[in-house]
Amino acid sequence: MKTAVIVFPGSNRDRDMFHALELITGTRPVSVWHTESALPDADLVIVPGGFSYGDYLRSGAIAARSPILKDLVAKAESGVSVLGVCNGFQILTEAGLLPGALMRNAGLTFVCKEVMLETVNSATQFSSKFEKGQVWRCPVAHHDGNYFADAETLKSVEDNGQVVFRYANDTNPNGSINNIAGVTNAKGNVLGMMPHPENLVESLHGGLDGRLLFESLMAKAA
Amino acid sequence: MKARVIVTLKNGVLDPQGKAIEGALGGLGFGDVDSVRQGKVFDVELTGSDKDAAKAELEQMCEKLLANTVIENYAIEIA
Repeated sequence: MKTAVIVFPGSNRDRDMFHALELITGTRPVSVWHTESALPDADLVIVPGGFSYGDYLRSGAIAARSPILKDLVAKAESGVSVLGVCNGFQILTEAGLLPGALMRNAGLTFVCKEVMLETVNSATQFSSKFEKGQVWRCPVAHHDGNYFADAETLKSVEDNGQVVFRYANDTNPNGSINNIAGVTNAKGNVLGMMPHPENLVESLHGGLDGRLLFESLMAKAA
Repeated sequence: MKARVIVTLKNGVLDPQGKAIEGALGGLGFGDVDSVRQGKVFDVELTGSDKDAAKAELEQMCEKLLANTVIENYAIEIA
């Protein structure tokens, strides 16, 4: 599987993502700087976590207006898989590629811990290797992860099966509406999630739960 | 030309920061505070002199960057 990772000033989980992708796919991802105008040919483009532009204005707002975003939107529309993790999720909502918005955590504090996720839709290209209803461990580290969508948008994402992952077992760390931890676009080829699956992919991490997400994408690309 | 853009959260959008400020004001003894909503103010200086054109341009700035219209409203004041 060919992958690319977009890097912005202030990205800091890009190297975690490179490592996870190389470990799991066996191929080094292409790193793409935000000022570039075109993405390489890839099966999966990732927008990694971090604090692009210091979260100025709103988390992800400035990065979402970067030159490379134009091609990312075009690639997403053409059906390429796009995954945004943490700040990447915020950037994808700000860019209009995903519904809703990420707001300040309800508890107002930065949360850095492990949560439990339930895979509520295993029929997506990001979750096919999970069982429906499977509960798995995943780390989170964010200040603005409180997912919000208005009633009409929420109904449509729920009815269309766009909610892929929910916080389970009362571990919602940020007040996200309907416990939403990961949501796709209507077409199902763009996923945003606050938790970091790339940080639980080898035994040194203390678990392998996050691997299933990348293995799902590899099965789709094969 | 000077303009001011005021961005506020839409009604119905939870504002945890406003709630925290509301609680702190209560703690300082301001007992008649019913609610607080936090927003943002942008002071923008423009080179043109056509107010209608400026307003139209500022609306585009709000739609494209200054506000996230999923959760925020904006108001434009031109001096």
